[in-house]
Amino acid sequence: MTLTTLPTVPGKAIRTHFGIVTGSSVRAKHFGKDIFAGIKNIFGGELKAYTELMDETRREALKRMVMQAQEAGANAVVGIRFGSSDVAQGAAEIFAYGTAVILE
Amino acid sequence: MANLVIFLTLLTLGFFFGRYREKRHYEEIRRREAALLMMPVRVEAEMEDGSSPVPDDASLETQIVSGNVVVANDYFKTFVAAVKTIFGGRLTSYESLLDRARREAMLRMKEEAKGWGATEIYGARLESTFIEKLGLEVMAYGTAVRPIRAKAEAPLLTS
Repeated sequence: MTLTTLPTVPGKAIRTHFGIVTGSSVRAKHFGKDIFAGIKNIFGGELKAYTELMDETRREALKRMVMQAQEAGANAVVGIRFGSSDVAQGAAEIFAYGTAVILE
Repeated sequence: MANLVIFLTLLTLGFFFGRYREKRHYEEIRRREAALLMMPVRVEAEMEDGSSPVPDDASLETQIVSGNVVVANDYFKTFVAAVKTIFGGRLTSYESLLDRARREAMLRMKEEAKGWGATEIYGARLESTFIEKLGLEVMAYGTAVRPIRAKAEAPLLTS
């Protein structure tokens, strides 16, 4: 599966468009990790555990988008965008979307 | 009284540690930025005529790359910002935090791209979310381009 934020893939023509495919994932912070975050709020800086948490969330969202594209029979997703929103205290949603296509 | 002592201790800790960490982070950012100067990042996903900025060349391959970071302000800066919001104006303590976060996310994206063997990044985007009681997340993503090699490594974000 070719994934790109660009509208095209170099050297390859788009044969079929399947329209938009999306994937989303919502995760909440882990209680244990939260204690360290509280300390970080005193000293400032990166909250590594949460960086990882958000990264996992993003991969999950992307994976779900890819699954949807595969179901449609696509072999690439072009023009991919990510978005995020905070749904509740300490919880965040990340979604990915793009256009599923068949490259020749 | 005890509360006041705790408050002042946290304020002092935040002030010194926060300042020290920020200074160190900026030094690190500048060093890594200098090391990655030769990898241009472009925002354009398409040219004015609607074509792709990447040459339509079958000897090139693309891969989505990303970098992210979650940051929080120190106790001192949070307090100063809270006081400042009463009067309005520039919140410099948040400006530097956001600047650091964006540059860090961008650097991580570039480092991921470099590890994959990329020469350039196109269609780069910056995205940020403030998550209550968690911190601020900044993400940078884009499409890395490299010449096709005989043996391709595993894709990064989907592995």
